[in-house]
Amino acid sequence: MPKALREIYGEVLRDVGRENKDIVVLDADLSGSTKSAIFGKEFPERFFNMGIAEANMVSTAAGLAAGGKIPFVNTFTVFLTTIGLIATRGLVCYGNLNVKFGGAYGGVSAAYDGASHHALEDIANMRALPNMLVICTCDENSTRQATEFAVKHNGPVYLRLSRETFPDLYQAGESAFEFGKAKIVRDGTDCTIMGCGIMVHHALQAADILAGKGISARVVDMSTIKPIDRDMIERCIVETGAIVSAEEHNIIGGLGSAIAEAMATMDVHAPMEFVGTEDTFTESGKYADLLKKYKLDPETIAAKAEKAVSRKK
Amino acid sequence: MNKLRLTEERIAQLTDKARLFRIDVLKSVHQVQSGHPGGSLSMTEILTVLYLEKLHINVNDPTDRDVDHVVLSKGHGSPMLYRLLAEVGYFPKEELMNLRHINALLQGHPTNHIPGVDMPSGPLGSAFGAAQGLALAQRLDGLDRRTYAILGDGEINEGAVWEVAMSASKFKLDNLIAILDYNKVQLDGTNDEIMPLGDVPEKWRQFGWNVIECDGHDIVDVNRALDEAIAAKGKPNMIVAHTVKGKGVSYMEGKAAWHGKAIPDDLMKVAMDELGGEM
Repeated sequence: MPKALREIYGEVLRDVGRENKDIVVLDADLSGSTKSAIFGKEFPERFFNMGIAEANMVSTAAGLAAGGKIPFVNTFTVFLTTIGLIATRGLVCYGNLNVKFGGAYGGVSAAYDGASHHALEDIANMRALPNMLVICTCDENSTRQATEFAVKHNGPVYLRLSRETFPDLYQAGESAFEFGKAKIVRDGTDCTIMGCGIMVHHALQAADILAGKGISARVVDMSTIKPIDRDMIERCIVETGAIVSAEEHNIIGGLGSAIAEAMATMDVHAPMEFVGTEDTFTESGKYADLLKKYKLDPETIAAKAEKAVSRKK
Repeated sequence: MNKLRLTEERIAQLTDKARLFRIDVLKSVHQVQSGHPGGSLSMTEILTVLYLEKLHINVNDPTDRDVDHVVLSKGHGSPMLYRLLAEVGYFPKEELMNLRHINALLQGHPTNHIPGVDMPSGPLGSAFGAAQGLALAQRLDGLDRRTYAILGDGEINEGAVWEVAMSASKFKLDNLIAILDYNKVQLDGTNDEIMPLGDVPEKWRQFGWNVIECDGHDIVDVNRALDEAIAAKGKPNMIVAHTVKGKGVSYMEGKAAWHGKAIPDDLMKVAMDELGGEM
C-alpha cells in the first residue's frame, strides 16, 4: 500500500536521524501534518517546534547549520517558500549553509484548503536562489533516496513533497533517484513528456492515450529540477523531436522554464509545450477534481503532446 | 572570559582603542563615499569590550566549534565589526580601505565568506534567529559557549525579532546574549517619529528575558553588563545599551541624517580633528 510522500519523508527523517546525531528537525506548528513529528517523537531533544513563525524557523536553521548541525525545516510548501524566503535567500543560500527544506504540501495537494494554501510558485522561488538545489520526486522510493541524498549533500536542498499518496513507480532496491540525472521511465520515439511529481504518473497515462492515436511518447522523470539534466534534454530533442513539460506548478518559472532555458542555449531545438497551471490562482476542491479543472491531467498532457508533434517541421 | 574588574590602565587602553577604531571606520566609509557611519559609531564601545575582553574565539581554525559566536544582526554596522575582526587578527586592517570595492573582501553587509563572520546579515531581523540557532547548536554540543547578537533599535520594528523574543524564551536559551544598540534614531528619523518602541526593557522582560541596561559608551558599564549576562542562568539575555547615534563626532550625534550618508571632505576633516586623527 503506497504511503503519502510526507509520511515517507517523516519516516526517512527518523531513520537518518538514528544514524546521524547532527540531524535536527524544525517545524512551524504543523508537525502532525508535515510528519516531521515522526522524528520529533523519537528525538525530542533534536526537534524544535518554532510555533507559527516560518521566518524564525528558517533563520534558526541557518544558525544551527553554521553551528555544525544538519537542520531540516518543515511546513506547508507555500508558507515555507514565501514567509521563509527572506532567511532562505539572505542567510541559507547567501551563506551556502547546510539547511534542508521539506515543502510538505506541494502543488494543489492542500486541496480543500484552497488557493491560499496551494503552492504553485515554490519551484520558481527556490530555483532562482543561487546554491539551492531543487528536487521533486514522484513515489516512495525516489522520495526516500532523495531525502537520503539531502542528508549527504553539504548545502541547501529543497525537497518538494506532497500531501498526497502517489502510486509506486520504482521498485524497492532499484535506483529511484540519482541527483542531477533524469530517468526515462517509458521509452518512445515521437515526443518526450518531461514531468516531475504526480505529473510523471499522469504522463505515463498520457502516453497510453497517445499510443491509441499512433503517437509513441517517451516519459522522463525530471526529479532534479535544479541543476537540470541538460544531457537528457538534448538527447530527447534529438531522439524524439518534440518536448512537453508537465508540472503541478505555474508554467512560469518551474520545470518547463528550466527545460526551455536549457534548450534555448543548445544547438538542437524542438517544438515545446507546457503543462501546468496557467498563471492563475486555484480554488478549494477534491484533489482529483482540481487536477482536472486546472489542466494537470493526462488528457491535457496528451493534447499538448499532439500539438507539439504537429508543430514538428 | 575575564570576570575581573578592569584596571584603570586597561580602561584607558580600551577607551583609546575605541577612539582609534572610530577614526579607522570613518576613513573606511569616507574613502568609498558609501556606508553607515552613525550605527557603527554608536556600538564602538560594545564591540570593543566584547571582542577585546569577553570573546573566546579561534582565529586560526574556522572549523573549531568550541568558540563564542557573534551575529551582527544590524548588518549595516559592518565597518565597526570589520575593524574589530581586523584587530583580533582575522585579516589585515588595511582591508578596511577597500570596503565596498569591487573584487574586495569586505562587503557592504557582513557575509560568512569574510573570515570571522559566522552568518550573513543585512536584511534586518533575519539574522537574530540565526543567532538563536547558533546558541541551540552550542547547547546541543554541550559547550559552555555563548552566541552574541547585536541588534539595532530600528531593527526591532521587524516582526521576526519578536518571533525570537518568544522562541528563545521558550527554549530558556541562556547562552544567547542579545545587545540592543539603543541609539533612539533610525534612518528616516527618531524611533518615536518612525515607530514608537514604548518601554523597551519592559517589553523584553515580559517576553521572559533577563534584561540588563547599561551606558553603551561607558567601557566599565558595558563590561559589567556583559559579565552579568554571561553569569545569568535560565533565560535568554537582552542588554539594552543606551547609546548615541554617531557618537564621537559632534555633527553626527543623534542625527538620523548620518545613518548612511557619505562624509564630504570638509566634514571628514572636522571629524578627524575631534577624534585626534589624520586625514
